[in-house]
Amino acid sequence: MIWDPLLLTLKLALVTTFLLLIISIPLASWLAQTKSKLKPVIETLVSMPLVLPPTVLGFYFLVAFSPGNAFGNWLNDWFGIKLVFSFPGLVLASILYSLPFMVHPIQSGLSSISPSLKEASYLMGKSKWETLTKVLLPNIKPAVLTGIVLAFAHTIGEFGVVLMIGGNIPEVTKVASIAIYDEVEALNYAAANFYSAILFITTFAILLSVYLINGRYIKPFWK
Amino acid sequence: MMDIQIQKKLDSPSGNMVLDVVFTIEEGQMVALFGESGAGKTSLLRILAGLLQPDKGRISVHEKIWFQSEPKVINLKPQERNVGFVFQDYALFPHMTVLENLQFAAGKRKNSNLQHLIELNELGDLKHKKPKNLSGGQQQRVALARALAQQPNILLLDEPLSALDDNIRRKLQKHLLEAHKEYKLTTILVSHNVEEIIKLSDWVIELHHGKIVEQGHPHQLFASKEINEDFKVTAEVLSIESSGNSFIAQLLVQNHVLKMSFSQKQGKSIQKGDRIVLASNDFKPNVYKK
Repeated sequence: MIWDPLLLTLKLALVTTFLLLIISIPLASWLAQTKSKLKPVIETLVSMPLVLPPTVLGFYFLVAFSPGNAFGNWLNDWFGIKLVFSFPGLVLASILYSLPFMVHPIQSGLSSISPSLKEASYLMGKSKWETLTKVLLPNIKPAVLTGIVLAFAHTIGEFGVVLMIGGNIPEVTKVASIAIYDEVEALNYAAANFYSAILFITTFAILLSVYLINGRYIKPFWK
Repeated sequence: MMDIQIQKKLDSPSGNMVLDVVFTIEEGQMVALFGESGAGKTSLLRILAGLLQPDKGRISVHEKIWFQSEPKVINLKPQERNVGFVFQDYALFPHMTVLENLQFAAGKRKNSNLQHLIELNELGDLKHKKPKNLSGGQQQRVALARALAQQPNILLLDEPLSALDDNIRRKLQKHLLEAHKEYKLTTILVSHNVEEIIKLSDWVIELHHGKIVEQGHPHQLFASKEINEDFKVTAEVLSIESSGNSFIAQLLVQNHVLKMSFSQKQGKSIQKGDRIVLASNDFKPNVYKK
């Protein structure tokens, strides 16, 4: 069906963004306050997907998780998890690939808050978790929104990683960006145009709404 | 009673220094930490709150150990000390209203009596406002009320009144003194304002470069430095010009500009921009009420 690649893209972006949010909040809050010597190394790893060709990530992912290799084979035998050419594999790769888009805004948001807010909360007897959820995160809503939207939009726009580790299996790994490539190769320009136009309009609308809200041109729903 | 004996290496703008202090504070006292900036006052306050860990020493409060470095390291977290802290920047939570800030601080404590705190600090009209819509003095009152809402044993204030103008400052000093008495608090206050310290505190500890150089009752401590003259004030020379046999100078004393005449000899020795001391050993002023 012609809508399948679009629905798959949407599903991938939603699942990836949700999991990224759960992972990135603790990671970003650790990066924002740590004095550990490991910090530059972790920061570099988080930022790598910004500059690394997606094919490099895809290639090592393939090597690591292919059932032809020891680790991939072990995962398959013991847990029945197959990460190559499967939807869970796409999600995992997308999380790694979009990690900087979620972590960076949240980290810089947390770093910009005066440390005395956190200290005041601790002195009131509040735990680190309560301080994070009730004091820090509510004060960086624009940063969290930016992270969510950028990660979502970036996942929609993935191509290289998905092609390397997902292949082109209809209803499993054939997302919209792959479908466009596929249709163009088959000289089916009408279908390619259909997918392209929808992706173009969707990403435009998403990014525009972020700039409007964070630039205070329109009032966000939480105020 | 608080027994404090700590050492901590600090990186200050003027190079490394060691904060090394031993002192005792009686329950219910209001103690001022006094000294030039960079003397270690704020660091000492942060150590007491548990926000900064000393290298060595021992802190015990009402016979409970908050920190000790030996034989076994004990270091209570800030959460376990129940200290009320008023930060220099007030640290009000921007996304909460005044009332929500107080409620958050009170937490599950039943008897915090927020209504009374709101009245005491004259916050009635402000309780549904967000901090960014308050003036400096109002924010300071909220910060004080919030620190009291958690029913602390000890109240720590880091130059809470330094950013405010004189009128509001006097009013807040009154609020602070009332709260200190009513809640039977032990209060430690960082200040470099002598007037404020004399008004508020029963004991002053003067720090210089991480060490205690003097401590005592504020009247004695501040008076002892001025025994040579009966009266003296510091002034800045704004302008000076000769006029016949004498010199006429405009002087800035605190916020007032005075015009005074000087003899030839005195006038030649001072220049515009100098800081001078006006002293009199036989000072008989005319006194009247404002």
